Amino acid sequence: MRIGVFVCHCGSNIAATVDCPAVAEQAKKLQDVVFTTDTMYTCSEPGQNEIIEAIKEHKLDGVVVASCSPRMHEATFRRALERAGLNRYMLEMANIREHVSWIGKNKERNTVKAFELVSIAVAKLRNDQPLYANKFDVTKRVLVIGGGVAGIQAALDCADAGYQVVMVEREQSIGGKMAKIDKTFPTVDCSSCILGPKMVDVSQHENITLYAMSEVEKIEGYVGNFDVQVRKKATYVNWDNCTGCGACMEKCPSKKNVDKFNEGISTCTSINIPFPQAIPKKAAINPEGCLMLQKGKCGVCAKICPTKCIDFEQKDEIVTEKVGAVIAATGYDMFDHSVYKQYGAGQYPDVITSLQYERLMNASGPTGGHIKRPSDGKEPKKVVFVQCVGSRDPAVGRPYCSGFCCMYTAKQAILTKDHIPDSDSYVFYMDIRSPGKGYDEFTRRAQEQYGVQYLRGRVSMIYPKGDRYIVRGSDTLAGTQVEVEADLVVLAVGAESAKNAPALAEKMRISYDSYGFFMEAHPKLKPVETNTAGVYLAGSCLGPRDIPTSVGQGSAAAAKVMTLFSKDKLESDPQVSRVNTSRCVGCMKCAATCPFGAIKEVTDRAGNVKAEVIETVCQGCGICTVTCPQGAIQLQHFTDNQILAEVNALCQAQVDF
Amino acid sequence: MSISVGYYPGCSGSGTSVEYDKSTRAVCKKLGIELNDIDDWSCCGSTPAHTVNHTLSAALSARNLVLAAKQGQEEVVTPCPSCLANLRTASRKIEDETYRPKVEALLDESCEKAATVASTLQLIVEKVGMDAIKKAVVKPLKDLNVACYYGCIMNRPPELMQFDDSENPMAMDNIMEACGATVLPFPLKVECCGAAGGMPRKDLVTELSGRLLDVAASLNTEIIVTACPLCQMNLDLRQGQVNRANGTSYDIPVVYFTQLLGLALGLSAEEVGLSKLVVDPTPRLRFAGVL
Ligand code: SF4
Ligand code: SF4
Repeated sequence: MRIGVFVCHCGSNIAATVDCPAVAEQAKKLQDVVFTTDTMYTCSEPGQNEIIEAIKEHKLDGVVVASCSPRMHEATFRRALERAGLNRYMLEMANIREHVSWIGKNKERNTVKAFELVSIAVAKLRNDQPLYANKFDVTKRVLVIGGGVAGIQAALDCADAGYQVVMVEREQSIGGKMAKIDKTFPTVDCSSCILGPKMVDVSQHENITLYAMSEVEKIEGYVGNFDVQVRKKATYVNWDNCTGCGACMEKCPSKKNVDKFNEGISTCTSINIPFPQAIPKKAAINPEGCLMLQKGKCGVCAKICPTKCIDFEQKDEIVTEKVGAVIAATGYDMFDHSVYKQYGAGQYPDVITSLQYERLMNASGPTGGHIKRPSDGKEPKKVVFVQCVGSRDPAVGRPYCSGFCCMYTAKQAILTKDHIPDSDSYVFYMDIRSPGKGYDEFTRRAQEQYGVQYLRGRVSMIYPKGDRYIVRGSDTLAGTQVEVEADLVVLAVGAESAKNAPALAEKMRISYDSYGFFMEAHPKLKPVETNTAGVYLAGSCLGPRDIPTSVGQGSAAAAKVMTLFSKDKLESDPQVSRVNTSRCVGCMKCAATCPFGAIKEVTDRAGNVKAEVIETVCQGCGICTVTCPQGAIQLQHFTDNQILAEVNALCQAQVDF
Repeated sequence: MSISVGYYPGCSGSGTSVEYDKSTRAVCKKLGIELNDIDDWSCCGSTPAHTVNHTLSAALSARNLVLAAKQGQEEVVTPCPSCLANLRTASRKIEDETYRPKVEALLDESCEKAATVASTLQLIVEKVGMDAIKKAVVKPLKDLNVACYYGCIMNRPPELMQFDDSENPMAMDNIMEACGATVLPFPLKVECCGAAGGMPRKDLVTELSGRLLDVAASLNTEIIVTACPLCQMNLDLRQGQVNRANGTSYDIPVVYFTQLLGLALGLSAEEVGLSKLVVDPTPRLRFAGVL
């Protein structure tokens, strides 16, 4: 075998603490190595060309690149090998950046370690075999989880491109948070007027199947061929026949249900359509409030319904869908402000959240768009906004910036003045963060044109005085304590991950951060991809996002899906387990340990039980290989021989530089 | 139930707040808690020590915890939150093996063995519990509107005190409710009363304590319940000064939670030291049928 070794400087990333030329020089002495060199940037065009030329000139059979993490450039170098006519699996990488130069400062010892990693890679490469991918079909349908603005955009883009879309929404209607908002910043246009038509498009698009009041129960399979189980929750209304006339809502005698769509500032009937523009516009019964379901008497809605679609016996239903890709756009939840005991949040009726305030300002909200205090219905003349409630506060476990609160607070302060011209607004802020297009101008407009008083400092406490509230905080610019007497206090609550996000992430086999937000495959270069092939992300499930970014990511995720669907066949990863049938004794221990259910039982011609790996399901984790008592099942590209060769290389006597 | 712990009365307990000490002892006895005084205890260093020298302050407090351990007590309780803060800080410092030698050098003895420390409030809440209190009440405090005032150091800093919510503590609220009183939601329950500022800056105390009395009055509070000798003094002894400075005329009694709890448990006015208070609570207590 003829092996070439390429040691990368990575600019000064590696070269500053590793003697790269020395490593390359030393590597010449390794068995089968016929060519070595060191390069400034191996991943650059000249760097890759150098590899290609060396392969041709020195008739190399395999290449070792000592550089960064394979997560970064393994695919890049594999393509370079292919261009030179080698099998892409005849490449080994030694990670001398993340594993060496970035973690140690001692150049001498780093150089030794870098060389050791190179010798391991050479030893493994000597045992490598060319591997070939199989091709398999793609189901050109996509599952979109979440019907907020990001999910809607993704669904419409895919549907317009001609692909079938299955949209699953947890709530009774799509629209997400944006549907609850009155106006959007910085253009102050009506939120539901720009979202509403898109929601209608979703419901009318021939390529979109919408499951509202539904949750994803299970996702199995692999890129191109996912099997999805969706739980359609019982609504106790036959949605095929419901016309959304609302007759039932008028007559339902149980009227004290918490109105979730209105963020709990009003009540609704037990059978309800959340808002006039709801999509689908169908009624559903809240079983907790329904007299019929709780006590067995009433049934008024059933009597009144002109299409006879009430069904108290309805049960949850599981439907199965086949899709080739998944876009998760599950959004976020608002921070639970009642953690701030010093703000009396949840205790004082007129200390409310920003989203509740949005509903108070919204023409289709419970007050018809008139700002009224929840306690006594009076029009507030002095409104105090408190920013960063549940953002940038390690004390409540939310050290991150939620990003959009500065902007929506400025918008709400501006709108307050529009609604109540003789009102005064105060905003307590920590910093104003308004980096979007037209954003900074907007917050300035609030201050300069609308006369909103901005006070820089955190609020320490809020307490009632008579029927008003004292908001006490600091003004760090003036260096004093300030107290503002308010009629209404609006807490600009931050964003946190959706409640069941981690559980969903596990169903999709993707990672999530310590706050429960989903992780992108690379924060800069793969912002809507995940590490699981075929699963894409959009919007606030990745972290707090504003509307433009969410829409942009919805389209980006859709574009990724279209790229995937542009091929009729996908290549499978050949780095999967394979059973040596002559050694396999059919004990099936491997099948029992495989977490992906990738091993099935077959019988050979002689009638003996044997294990067989389903190539497309196998994730290449290697758990089966350590389970098998016979050593019959081997993970391709990570066989026992290859690993042992690595260990042996590491145990060789140390080289001095 | 038999609970036996070490007891650290603190200097105020033997001076300005004898009624707190007295009622604490009486209540604990009623609830089956045996308080064992630490022999030869000394001042925890109070506010002056830690403003001058942290090691000295730690040594003054640690001495008491070492004495208690020698006496066979694993845990010490104290009614005063300020003593508690000092004792807790000291025990945390002597847990640190790099700090302990400094304290040992000052005390001339080993601090390896020292008692832990909690407030009597915490002891009553955690070891006796509300159900037992409810059962032991013989004279319910009904028809009494109380506001519980914790002051700023009873639960703070939270990492040090490790008891109750640092922004909205409920320990005294729950005890008073168990005694049958109507507990008002007092929003300033952890605000500062001005503390020791009473000596150098009387204006601070009249402003801060004045605010507490304002809010308490606006809630129709009949009695303010406290757990801190300094808070009690600022609100009770200085209530006249506060009134004069702010042009108000409050006369709201300010009692220790142990005094009201004691009355509810059937102790007499004398046994809980009611006569030591400046604003006389007896008219209201008589009106409510507690006396
Ligand atoms: S009355 Fe029947 S058709 Fe009309 S909204 Fe209610 S359930 Fe639907
Ligand atoms: S564990 Fe090994 S021997 Fe047993 S069935 Fe699986 S491959 Fe065959």
